[in-house]
Amino acid sequence: MNQSTVLKRYHIRIKKAKVNRSHAGNFLVLLLVIGLGVFVALPFVYAVGNAFKPLSELWLFPPLLFPRKPVLTNFLDLFGLLQNSWVPISRYLFNTILITVVGTAGQVIFASMCAYPLAKHPFPGSKFIFRLIFLSLMFGGAVTGIPSYLIMVKLRWIDTYWAVIIPAMGSTFGLYLMKQFMEQINDSMLEAAKIDGAGEWKTFWWIVMAQVKPAWLTLIVFSVQGLWNASPGTIIYSEQLKTFPYAVSQIVAGGIARAGVGSAMTVVMMTVPIIVFIFTQSNIIETMTSSGVKE
Amino acid sequence: MTRCRAAKAGSPFVAGIKNTIFRMKKYRFSYLFILPFLLIFITFTLVPVIIAISYSLTKFNMLQPPTFIWFENYRQLFLFDPLFLTAIKNTFLFAVITGPASYFLCLVLAWFLNDFSSKFRSILTLLFYAPTLANVFFVWQLIFNSDAYGLLNSYLLKLGVIAQPVQWLTDVRYIIPVLIFILLWASLGTSFLVLIAGFQNVDRTLYEAAAVDGVKNRWQELWFITLPYMRPQLRFAAVMSITGSFGIGPTIDILCGNPSTNYVAWTIMNHLNDYGGVRMEMGYACTIAAFLFIVMVSVNKFFQNLLSKVGQ
Repeated sequence: MNQSTVLKRYHIRIKKAKVNRSHAGNFLVLLLVIGLGVFVALPFVYAVGNAFKPLSELWLFPPLLFPRKPVLTNFLDLFGLLQNSWVPISRYLFNTILITVVGTAGQVIFASMCAYPLAKHPFPGSKFIFRLIFLSLMFGGAVTGIPSYLIMVKLRWIDTYWAVIIPAMGSTFGLYLMKQFMEQINDSMLEAAKIDGAGEWKTFWWIVMAQVKPAWLTLIVFSVQGLWNASPGTIIYSEQLKTFPYAVSQIVAGGIARAGVGSAMTVVMMTVPIIVFIFTQSNIIETMTSSGVKE
Repeated sequence: MTRCRAAKAGSPFVAGIKNTIFRMKKYRFSYLFILPFLLIFITFTLVPVIIAISYSLTKFNMLQPPTFIWFENYRQLFLFDPLFLTAIKNTFLFAVITGPASYFLCLVLAWFLNDFSSKFRSILTLLFYAPTLANVFFVWQLIFNSDAYGLLNSYLLKLGVIAQPVQWLTDVRYIIPVLIFILLWASLGTSFLVLIAGFQNVDRTLYEAAAVDGVKNRWQELWFITLPYMRPQLRFAAVMSITGSFGIGPTIDILCGNPSTNYVAWTIMNHLNDYGGVRMEMGYACTIAAFLFIVMVSVNKFFQNLLSKVGQ
């Protein structure tokens, strides 16, 4: 079997428009990508496999990658375990959903509102503000974590939802992407809106926001991804306010007895961001196209 | 117009101020628009940096008011804190692996994927980005588990490569290599997506023109056409990679415990969280944060300058 039949057989079409491509090179690229893909996928396959293993297969030697007789026991056990915990698991889930929804809505609205003038209005100070925002991408949470904690102590926000939600709304990564994307909007469209008598707010809300749909979808995905996985141990300590990922880590930390349930829970946890990403991928890539740093 | 000219004749400085005030009035709504975000940005990004730098010159434990001690914290940090030196060494080691090495990996993979059909490319993008989407580090704990039931140990035992289980995540000889391996696995993050987008964005006709001009293979095409064209994306991806590479402390905690055996995998982030989150020596913690700030910004600036030279 030669290389081109291999490619054809698996419906892998190498773009025809491209020039300067040798068959041997294409084949090598394919091999490398598949090899790396298997390496990246392995832990996921193992986690999903574990989630469907009955107890008798979890501790075989050597361990199985795939279950022989897949069962749903682990997912059912997860349900039972969740109902019997001291703080009901629905509470953890509610906390995570609340934080995710409010934080994401705030991030998208505030970041878009801020990005619009930065991209389209040459008001005094706009360049300076944008330079500060770009600078902030260069250090991020690693530097601001501890000082932010001190600020939250002063604001008496420790152990409240605000401590997680408000900083998430101020993600400069989202603002940066939004501003870069908004620069592509045609100025004549904004002027036409103004001539038609639309005020600044109306123009922003109905004209600009409709134009930047890929960008706000992207912001939603990144914000959800961050907040859905958030387990803010130091700023929230009341059991009733803790998040779902925390509950997951507690169950996973249960060790041998919980190995199956832990895997089931991990599968539930990772499904959400992956599904969201599948539906928004093309929008995210479109947003990233405009993300470049201009000279 | 005449007023403007009169002002210019008087003093360019006054004219400049007048112009600024005029534009501030004209765009007064813009300030309202940026206000909510800016307030959050100032409170949780700008002020923290100022706090980190100013408190780094004090002794502060959150119970007593801070006392000013000049550069005592910095002296302590660099001269009398051997653990911090370990942390610097490890942070730079991991930063090189998850920064430049991962950046290069992202670039090569994005380049490879660009040649596939769009459907296949989407699937592969999802696959390679999945480790960033879903935090499944605990699976690696099962794979590198220290007893005979760990996936790797059990297979190695069966094949007869090792005689007894290896303590992958606690033996000082293996911690760093195993961590590097796992961190590389998880390092295809935002920069990967940015580069995928960058490759797709290149004007297709350029390739045909280049072929006519005598570009012979894909390497020449990459260096002479593609990379210079996507320089803006290269720069943004670099910022994402570098910033991400300095913040990996928490991942190490999950995998190796906090602290890892004999502190072999200790990073600046761990040191920072230890003093700031556990010991509550905030002055000292802020010194570490301020140091991290300076290092991250300078490294980022350096690579921004370097990348602006691509293809020139």
